[in-house]
Amino acid sequence: MKAIEVVERQQLTEKPPMKPGETVRVHVKVREGDKERIQVFEGVVIGLRGGGARASFTVRKVSFGQGVERIFPLHSPIIDKIEVLRAARVRRAKLYYLRDLRGKAARMRERKKTPTTA
Amino acid sequence: MVTGIIGRKVGMSQVFGADGVVTPVTVLKAGPCVVVQAKTVGRDGYEAVQLGLVEERPARTNKPTEGHYKKAGVPPTRVRREVAVAPGSDPLKAGDRVLVSVFADGDVVDVIGTSKGHGFQGVVKRHHFRGGAATHGSMFHRAPGSIGASSYPSRVIKGMRAAGHMGVDRVTTRNLRVVKVDADNHLLLVRGAVPGARGGYVVIRKAVAKKPEPKPQVETKKGKRS
Repeated sequence: MKAIEVVERQQLTEKPPMKPGETVRVHVKVREGDKERIQVFEGVVIGLRGGGARASFTVRKVSFGQGVERIFPLHSPIIDKIEVLRAARVRRAKLYYLRDLRGKAARMRERKKTPTTA
Repeated sequence: MVTGIIGRKVGMSQVFGADGVVTPVTVLKAGPCVVVQAKTVGRDGYEAVQLGLVEERPARTNKPTEGHYKKAGVPPTRVRREVAVAPGSDPLKAGDRVLVSVFADGDVVDVIGTSKGHGFQGVVKRHHFRGGAATHGSMFHRAPGSIGASSYPSRVIKGMRAAGHMGVDRVTTRNLRVVKVDADNHLLLVRGAVPGARGGYVVIRKAVAKKPEPKPQVETKKGKRS
């Protein structure tokens, strides 16, 4: 397994520690023709997956009443930065149950946390 | 120049492109190898080299094998494989070292390995037969069905696909692109999957049936073709 780490170590990037239930703002680089701009995707982290360079995380938000989920590779070069805004008290590693909840039911009890950026 | 090298499958990972495109790769620990025997046209009728993979675990040899290695002046290795030598290149002699640097980024290679063992398997798993319905009164589930006609020919034709041992075969995956060569750590990253389990021995050789590079289609206006 050590050789895999050698390969993956070069690809790792500095990212703030995230936990399920935290609200994050992911700044994504979007290419349009020759121009590059930053698009922000803000939502709740509903799951973290994998390790090393293969790690990924899922962010869920409700946009115009429609639930939207995006899976980001954690160390992808298209991620400019990630801001952790809020944290919530959750008792599960994967918050898939939020998919079945709407509005008031999908609220989570807040946990104190200082916002971090990286 | 040798056209191949012996290695071991380490596992799979992924590599990011600059635009965020992920390439699935298999990490192979390729080499270092030593030439145990050089085969020549004059003596053997063809040109090739027998390589041995240098590993940390010592090899257990019997006396005849030990003598074979003694002749080359190299310590015994656990595995030996023969690879072809590119015609017209300067010949290698026994004792020479062969490293991953025989490959470069972007090369196209074939990887030969031994597939994972699956034991005795039925016809559905082994040959992708469709099987029957599970329910609705069906009494035909995973059986092979008819294996031929009756009084003529009164036998089953050879090569009929049937249940039996699956896996542990020599499998070649052709035309894999080399994503990266890490000469310092003797690592080779090839795009896609490679036969066998992690830790399995593989031979990596230059692709024997490489497809030509696809030419980009250039749009030309009608009537302006010269």
